[in-house]
Amino acid sequence: MEWKLDDNRPIWIQLQEQLTRKILSGWYRPGERLPSVRDLASEAGVNPNTMQRALAGLDMEGLTVTNRTMGRTVTEDQMVLEGMRVTLAKEIIRQFYESAAELGYTKEQALELLKRRDG
Amino acid sequence: MGGILIQCQDVWKNYGSQRALQGLSLQLESGKIVGLLGPNGSGKTTLIKILNGLLTPDRGLVLVDGQEPGVYTKSIISYLPDKPYFAGWMKVTDLFDLFEDFYEDFDREKADHMCRALQIDEGQRMKALSKGTKEKVQLILVMSRRAKLYLLDEPIAGVDPAARDYILTTILNNYNPEGTVLISTHLISDVERVLDEVLFIQYGQVIRQALVDDIREREGKSVDELFREVFRTVPFGGGEW
Repeated sequence: MEWKLDDNRPIWIQLQEQLTRKILSGWYRPGERLPSVRDLASEAGVNPNTMQRALAGLDMEGLTVTNRTMGRTVTEDQMVLEGMRVTLAKEIIRQFYESAAELGYTKEQALELLKRRDG
Repeated sequence: MGGILIQCQDVWKNYGSQRALQGLSLQLESGKIVGLLGPNGSGKTTLIKILNGLLTPDRGLVLVDGQEPGVYTKSIISYLPDKPYFAGWMKVTDLFDLFEDFYEDFDREKADHMCRALQIDEGQRMKALSKGTKEKVQLILVMSRRAKLYLLDEPIAGVDPAARDYILTTILNNYNPEGTVLISTHLISDVERVLDEVLFIQYGQVIRQALVDDIREREGKSVDELFREVFRTVPFGGGEW
């Protein structure tokens, strides 16, 4: 998976988002140990302190757990993972309605279009 | 990490009637990668030369790791000058030998490794190398030392974008975590993501010091964009005449 960084938002937030997606998509599996800060920073081509901040963000969200013997591993708590999945899905849906509204569709019309697309 | 590595207080430097530094003050911690950004002639190279003891300030206090520039500070600073200074007849291996003799902290193995990665033939003489390759060799020499402070004056200006990426990754992977890297450059968008912090310098003074992500958070724009805004020049014919 490629690291993509845009220009106008803090880098650490973008790193945290991409790591979150890597965890939810199963790129990093529950219980799996994450690479070191240095390796991740080098892979993404970013400053190690910035990567450290992104990883601390994952700890805060409960997506990763740090302990002395294992380093930083992906949580095995399905509730946390599912909760984050829902949060992200809600955000995607919000953006969908917002874009549809820009095109002049109400929520109902947008939903109708979405259903028809499915069929 | 966290201690003060560089301290400058009210530093002045003139070249004859030409003013280079005009009361510059700054403080940098160790363990950081810092960008020194400013338009041409703003004092970047002068500041770097003062920090490593090649120039003496007319006035003001300069401390590196608590000491004035001198024998000790030279032993902990690894410096990449703005132009190559090696004799053309020297081979890359000769340079490595020289550095091994001169600097206790020079890691020959690391230098050899980087040469292979960048496909540089160590048997070549400096005069036979292209401008970009010469710059790469210099950077290899500088980054193969285990220094406390790396002063890099325009390290990526002459190399192609692919080599630029390699060099930036090299800087990331090889600087030691207690060390600080100060990079002066115009190629801000290329280096932005490897920096912790930036210093904007103009007319020989630091006009802004901030964390890269703080700038992005507060201004909603990249450091590169901010730089273009701060140092915008009205083009000829653009203003009222």
